[in-house]
Amino acid sequence: MTISGAAVNQLFLAQSIDDRIAEVLDPISSAIEGVVFYSVSVAGVDLPLIVLWLVSAGLFFTVYLGFLNLRGPKHALELVRGQYTNPDDAGEVTHFQALATAVSGTVGLGNIAGVAVAITLGGPGATVWMIIAGFLGMSSKMAECTLGVKYRRERADGTVSGGPMYYLERGIAEVTGRVRAGKTLAILFSISCIGGSIGAGNMFQANQATAQIIAVTGGADSPIVALRWVVGLVFAILVGAVIIGGIKSIARVTEKLVPIMAATYLLAAVVVIGANLPAVPAAFAEILRSAFAFDSVTGGIIGALIVGFQRAAFSNEAGIGSAAIAHSAVKTSHPSTEGHVALLEPFVDTIIVCTMTALIIVISGAYLDEAAGELGGVALTSAAFETVLPWFPNVLAVAVIAFAFSTMLTWSYYGMKATGYLFNDSETAETVFKVLFCIFVIVGASLALGPVIGISDSMLFLMAIPNVLGMYIMARLIKREILGYRARVLSGEITKVEQV
Amino acid sequence: MPRVVLVGVDGGDASKRAVTFARERATELGASLVLAHVIPWSPYSFTTPEENEARPKRRQAELAAANEQILEPMGALVGDTVPHKSVARHGDRAELLIALAREHDADHIVVGRTGDGRLRTAVFGSVPSHLIQIADVPVTVVP
Repeated sequence: MTISGAAVNQLFLAQSIDDRIAEVLDPISSAIEGVVFYSVSVAGVDLPLIVLWLVSAGLFFTVYLGFLNLRGPKHALELVRGQYTNPDDAGEVTHFQALATAVSGTVGLGNIAGVAVAITLGGPGATVWMIIAGFLGMSSKMAECTLGVKYRRERADGTVSGGPMYYLERGIAEVTGRVRAGKTLAILFSISCIGGSIGAGNMFQANQATAQIIAVTGGADSPIVALRWVVGLVFAILVGAVIIGGIKSIARVTEKLVPIMAATYLLAAVVVIGANLPAVPAAFAEILRSAFAFDSVTGGIIGALIVGFQRAAFSNEAGIGSAAIAHSAVKTSHPSTEGHVALLEPFVDTIIVCTMTALIIVISGAYLDEAAGELGGVALTSAAFETVLPWFPNVLAVAVIAFAFSTMLTWSYYGMKATGYLFNDSETAETVFKVLFCIFVIVGASLALGPVIGISDSMLFLMAIPNVLGMYIMARLIKREILGYRARVLSGEITKVEQV
Repeated sequence: MPRVVLVGVDGGDASKRAVTFARERATELGASLVLAHVIPWSPYSFTTPEENEARPKRRQAELAAANEQILEPMGALVGDTVPHKSVARHGDRAELLIALAREHDADHIVVGRTGDGRLRTAVFGSVPSHLIQIADVPVTVVP
């Protein structure tokens, strides 16, 4: 095989840029990572405190709100089906649309790659802990999305938006009277949200989508290997066309493609599980056994628990505050309605999608393969599906690209709103952010991430510090809001709308 | 009880003929008219966060445009001799026309024959044919 001079040049150039960026970012990255992902050792396994921070928030709100993650979904489904929506509000943003927008920003690589990573590192039992973390995450989602709607801003021009920056500023001032404390947390949140949006919401997605394109076009022999930046450029142009150029048709195609791919993914999962139906009980037994085992090589119960919790937190973003931005746009007169609807998000994302992926990986035995560790994320999931559906890797590649693209679009919005908050809705600042966002698409696709992703992951989880802190401060208000609403539904003060 | 005829309008020539037809019928029967325009919309469509943010504003603009560009000219066509009111709302065209007919106690629905393309009609069916299939009051389609 011969490589053209230009390609070598390109490769060299890319590598040297990569190296130079790495050189500059490495110390910064490890410093921030060291703080955000500060870990304590539990039974020989590293437990990052930020994971504990997120899980305990979920546990707190689960108990404090009286297990609404169990009691709430029924009402949530009624809300999503429009049974409480006033017909005069036709044409406004529905509960379904707010939920779907939030889900399309969350479902993605975390579900496809995250589960595989969890099972590789923590054994099949990690699935159980992922599900439990997803279940707890439902409560934090409910809390943050209720706040998101309650303190959103309805501007004079008729646009509506909200998110942690607004509820931290106004909510904390209202509850404690400390205006500066709320403002400080809101600013801290906004800065980390911009970082998270450019990192986890952009570079990581661009990188993984590019990796997937390379994998299906021949892996290391793929002609694209040396042209990663071109793939990045194409993505950047598409993203730019939507977020700067306002070309809606691309966004519309994505909106339609993502649910279709998600449905295809779930359908394929059902087919694979169906083809292995006799093996399902044994797979469940193995998942349960290793979840509580003390003897496992992967660290047993502690290892499974930590890895499972960590991956679930990465996957459903509960407590991070991002989804509260997407949920805030809904048309409702009761903030708690969207809190209820938000319960469904971790349920779909972590409990349904992740459990199915996990079952398939366990049934196929793909994780037992010696190479499983090297295969890692998406490739392991792909290999597991391939055992029954040989054509699946191509479909999965399309799904990964569609998910990555929609996640980029959603996160560009989150970053833009955070920028808007910091710069008083200045259009110039928002445009600068959008241009930067597009540039980082190319960077993310071209580089072998390393330190860059370290920073962006840290920024993503940094969002959880001000957000969860604010949620604790406003916990009584959240409880009053949600339980008060439920009492009014129970008493019949708030009733279903008669369907004509 | 005074009779009410609901006319589904979209601003096209067929709608004008439908309104003219309904006005003549209403004059004969001493009925009143409800001019209804449906802005196609689904509560289950997938939207981007930007669209959601701007939705309340766009909805107002859509309703204003429906009133100014469709309902007012159609109302002018009815004139002062027949009592009429007009309504614009978002939803599925056929289903919402039926719901509006119930809401206004209309016992007759009149629509113009729409000029949907062949492919569109083949895939989704036309609004009039859908209406005829599911309406619980007589439907007149004016060519």
